[in-house]
Amino acid sequence: MRSDTPTLLGHFERMLLIRGVEDEIARLRTAGDMVGSIHLCSGQEAVYVGAVAALDLSRDAVFPTYRGHGWALACGVPPEALFAEILGRVTGINGGRGGSAYFTAPRYGMYGENSIVGAGAPIAAGAALAAAFDGSGRVAVAAFGDGALNQGAVHEAMNFAAVRGLPVVFVVENNAYSELTPIADMTRNPELFRRASAYGMPGGRVDGNDPDAVARAMETCVRRARGGGGPALLECVTQRIVGHYIGDAQRYRPAGDLDRAVAAEPIGRLAERLTAEGVAAGELDAIRSRVADRVRAASRLALDSPPADPATALEHLYA
Amino acid sequence: MPDLTLLPAGAAGTAIETKRLSYAEAVNHALRRALRERPETLLFGEDVAKPGGVFGVTKGLHREFGDRVFDTPISESAILGGAVGAAMFGRRPIAEIMWIDFSLVALDQLVNQAPNVRYVSRGAVTAPITVRTQAGNGPGACAQHSQNLEAFFAHVPGLRVGMPSTAQDAYDMLLSAVWCDDPVVVIENRTLYHGAKSDVRLGGEVGPIGGARVRRGGSDVTVVTWGAVQNLVLDAAEELAAEGVEAEVLDLRWLNPLDLTAVQEAVARTRRLAVVHEAHTFGGFGAEVVSLVAESGLDLLAPPVRIGAAPARIPSAVSLVPGVLPTRAKIADGLRRLVRGETVRDAGVLR
Repeated sequence: MRSDTPTLLGHFERMLLIRGVEDEIARLRTAGDMVGSIHLCSGQEAVYVGAVAALDLSRDAVFPTYRGHGWALACGVPPEALFAEILGRVTGINGGRGGSAYFTAPRYGMYGENSIVGAGAPIAAGAALAAAFDGSGRVAVAAFGDGALNQGAVHEAMNFAAVRGLPVVFVVENNAYSELTPIADMTRNPELFRRASAYGMPGGRVDGNDPDAVARAMETCVRRARGGGGPALLECVTQRIVGHYIGDAQRYRPAGDLDRAVAAEPIGRLAERLTAEGVAAGELDAIRSRVADRVRAASRLALDSPPADPATALEHLYA
Repeated sequence: MPDLTLLPAGAAGTAIETKRLSYAEAVNHALRRALRERPETLLFGEDVAKPGGVFGVTKGLHREFGDRVFDTPISESAILGGAVGAAMFGRRPIAEIMWIDFSLVALDQLVNQAPNVRYVSRGAVTAPITVRTQAGNGPGACAQHSQNLEAFFAHVPGLRVGMPSTAQDAYDMLLSAVWCDDPVVVIENRTLYHGAKSDVRLGGEVGPIGGARVRRGGSDVTVVTWGAVQNLVLDAAEELAAEGVEAEVLDLRWLNPLDLTAVQEAVARTRRLAVVHEAHTFGGFGAEVVSLVAESGLDLLAPPVRIGAAPARIPSAVSLVPGVLPTRAKIADGLRRLVRGETVRDAGVLR
């Protein structure tokens, strides 16, 4: 047992919860209980758990992408409310208005997935702009994939945040694929963090499959932003071990690519580290079993909830 | 959760006075009042702060309000996205898009983002932004600086859209927009900015958005219109009055919320309807007005008429423009034929 072991055990449990929820969503989608396009984040859990560990969710704000279930759970959204939202139940966190790809949980500091690639970046800059006036000390996190680095809105947001010194951390979840196309085929410089220097802000790359490394890098960025140092770009290198969407056969991945990603996935890796730090196998199994029970119970609760009432569909459009 | 508690609307006791102002000066007064009375307001856009705006509309505001009035990069997505994000956290941004044509590069923020904030969160978060822009043709303007795109925005549920055509409305409607808790697009017109001055009543309570206004009474035909073209409509109405035809001119002012009752009441009085706008007729908001009147089941004396731009790009040369846009002569001719019971078909509608 080392001094960081309890923190790592917490990361382990949160990552397991995200993985368990995503596996259950895949099951529900395949069974037909859920419908529509759903993007799972399995394999990328360390990014969310590590990044959120560096935040103060009572004032900070996260703006993730449509692959955002992991961000939501890392921010503390109850799995029941997530399942129910995707199932279109009245108990969903948005009462079925957001679904999987536009999930929004402001109460938890999670200010909305975005189904438009890169669109959350200028909005995050706006949240940081508000912080420049309201004295909250808020830091905004704009999270997006590698593909979003090729979106104009992201460049506008980075330049805007940099020139005004806004407290934004731009987190790139570089999972090597911009939807179905390798990012390496879509940019001359695959070291995405180097874009930061063009805007006069610091940029760095971190092992996105190590929650501890992500948390430490994120802490540096957040502290700097909160102290008035302006934005930063943090590239987290990771891999998804599932398709871009449920049902994606991933034929675009070269032979061995997925196997390598699975071998490097963060949960097994963290289990090995914890074992090396002296955590007993039984303790890890107890966590696994606790998380599995929680996921199962949450899924059942959500399935038992009534569907959202069509009579409410027109509500909340105008003040 | 951010504290979304806002100051009470319409600060009581604001001194009421009347001043002779141009349309641009009226906008400036409204902005100054909003910045004074609502500390959560911000004003930003390209060249709005130190330069005072390319049309001089925001002159002096940076000097008076400092950092709350600032220049942005030429980045419409950052301007509008920044407004949405700041509004979600209790600010009340007034963002300027210099020309409405430029809004197209950042339409995502106005269509996919701002109007969804309240809906998807069921009111937990809102995006009370005001987007000021200006539209329409002016002498020598090219196809990318001449468009009237109000129908684009009016098509989007969740977005409020207003088009002030008088200095008084430029003042009143902008304040109503800023006070409104919904995202609002206020479309001004640069050909009006530095025209003749008129009496503008300043101060007093800020009213809610919405409401049409009768600009001219008449019993023979109702002309529903909005924006700067209204001045041509009023000129055409005077021309017709000399011929014994009295046109009622109803300024819609707001396309969302739409004052359908005012339209129905006016049309019920005259039983003839013409809609005149500078925007393209095909797929335009005039089609919506005509449809709503048709669905109302009002007994009309003649089929309704739409007068607007032909389905063409807007040319630059001053001599070419009347071939596309409505003119006083085209409007007068259309109204004359409507009243006479002749078939009027906008020659450009389906060509």
